[in-house]
Amino acid sequence: MSAAQAAEQAAEQAARGAYGRLVALLAARTGDVAAAEDALSDAFQSALRHWPGTGVPDRPEAWLLTVARRRLGHARRHRGVADGARVALEWLATPDSPVELPDRRLQLMLVCAHSAIAAEARAPLMLQTVLGLDAARIASCYLASPAAMAQRLVRAKARIRTAGIPFELPGPEALPTRLSSVLEGIYGAYGTGWADVSGADAAVRGLAEEAIWLARVVVALSPEPEARGLLAMMLHAEARRPARRSGDGAYVPLSQQDTALWSRPLMAEAEALLREAARAGTLGRFQLEAAIQSFHISARLTGQRADGALLALYDALADIAPTAGVLVARAAALAEAGHPAAARTALDALGPELAQHQPWWATRARVMALLGDASGAREAARRAAALTEDPAVRAFLLAGLFQPA
Amino acid sequence: MQAMLLFAQPSGRTGAAANLAAWTAYMDAMRTAGVMRGGQRLAAPDAATTLRLKDGVRHVQDGPYADSPEQLGGFVVIEVPDMAAAVEWAARCPGAIDGAVEIRPLLPPPA
Repeated sequence: MSAAQAAEQAAEQAARGAYGRLVALLAARTGDVAAAEDALSDAFQSALRHWPGTGVPDRPEAWLLTVARRRLGHARRHRGVADGARVALEWLATPDSPVELPDRRLQLMLVCAHSAIAAEARAPLMLQTVLGLDAARIASCYLASPAAMAQRLVRAKARIRTAGIPFELPGPEALPTRLSSVLEGIYGAYGTGWADVSGADAAVRGLAEEAIWLARVVVALSPEPEARGLLAMMLHAEARRPARRSGDGAYVPLSQQDTALWSRPLMAEAEALLREAARAGTLGRFQLEAAIQSFHISARLTGQRADGALLALYDALADIAPTAGVLVARAAALAEAGHPAAARTALDALGPELAQHQPWWATRARVMALLGDASGAREAARRAAALTEDPAVRAFLLAGLFQPA
Repeated sequence: MQAMLLFAQPSGRTGAAANLAAWTAYMDAMRTAGVMRGGQRLAAPDAATTLRLKDGVRHVQDGPYADSPEQLGGFVVIEVPDMAAAVEWAARCPGAIDGAVEIRPLLPPPA
């Protein structure tokens, strides 16, 4: 491998592993995320120019940090910032190779999910600043145009600077509240609801791995039980991914999935996280959702239905988080537990607001089929099919495969 | 806002029966949601005739004006709160998998 190739590979590796850590460290000093990203991008370019000649430094991250800090100080002087010179001197005086770079990514994520930032910008902002994803890639997962997404991100970064949102860890009493919007953002990035009981399980789109990565960062840096609940829930869902489509791409509902395809290591990790969370003794939405996943899975693996426990979990979840997705999933659980009439009543009560809610129609199709109303089931399935983006789910619904065997 | 969804489809493809059911359900859903303002399916591109006037002479050719691998197969006009809602409807189009949906905002009529 040539020196240039080695340098490029080292820079790429440093970028993947350390992007968020470096942005967090740089931005924590100035409160300016956009400037930190620009300086870091300059530092990467500088690395590609220098490393082929000088060899890759022992600690590439420390090298990048030093160069980026100089750039940042330089840029601030040019912008005429009053304390620019002092800041630049301070950074130049910072030892080049601290033994270990502190990890401020949690602070960075808290800033991204701050209440002063528009809710729809929070997760994209985390994906960009912590993982270094570009706006076009994020846009494709959020049904936005790259230009619109780039603009949303620029606005959010300007807001961080002008609102002076501090890069601090709040005290233990405020942390759970502040963290909850971080977790919401990660959950949103993972994909929309997970309701494969109802047969309405949309394909998990491109950001699942990145969302899991973000959740792992939060779990590593904070003791919050809900972060563990969220990670457990996503890992359980991820464990079943290989079983959710047949060889020819057709949708396979949970009840018919080949359990041999489920990932045992991911499931075990999820269960361990859930147990760890439970030790804290504070129940939360994500722990409940993870527990529901866990029950669905063990019911399939053992053949022992646990309808009572499942309904109790859904009731608790509906108390904490009465979202459309949760209430529809609860109705689906009612139907599968042998109460389709009660499920229909529950769906009807939700009805008017959910006219465009795909899972509502998919669940209704299943409920009507269980009640023996074939034409009502067909009509609901047609509506559900028209509201999905997933061709496999559309085909499943139009073919009437949601009917009880 | 009003927008036109233009459904571009790979030329020469045949609509399977299951696909027709998906399209009908899709159109019905837009109608039921009250967003649909109108729309049509178009005959296949080889039924098209294209005319240009050059120096007063009519140049008529068989086929569509643009020779492209994807051809306009139909369109609808929808009324939605914003572009994001228009994109949501476009994403549900059964033809978005192997073709494309262009979302074009309509301009208000000249005053």
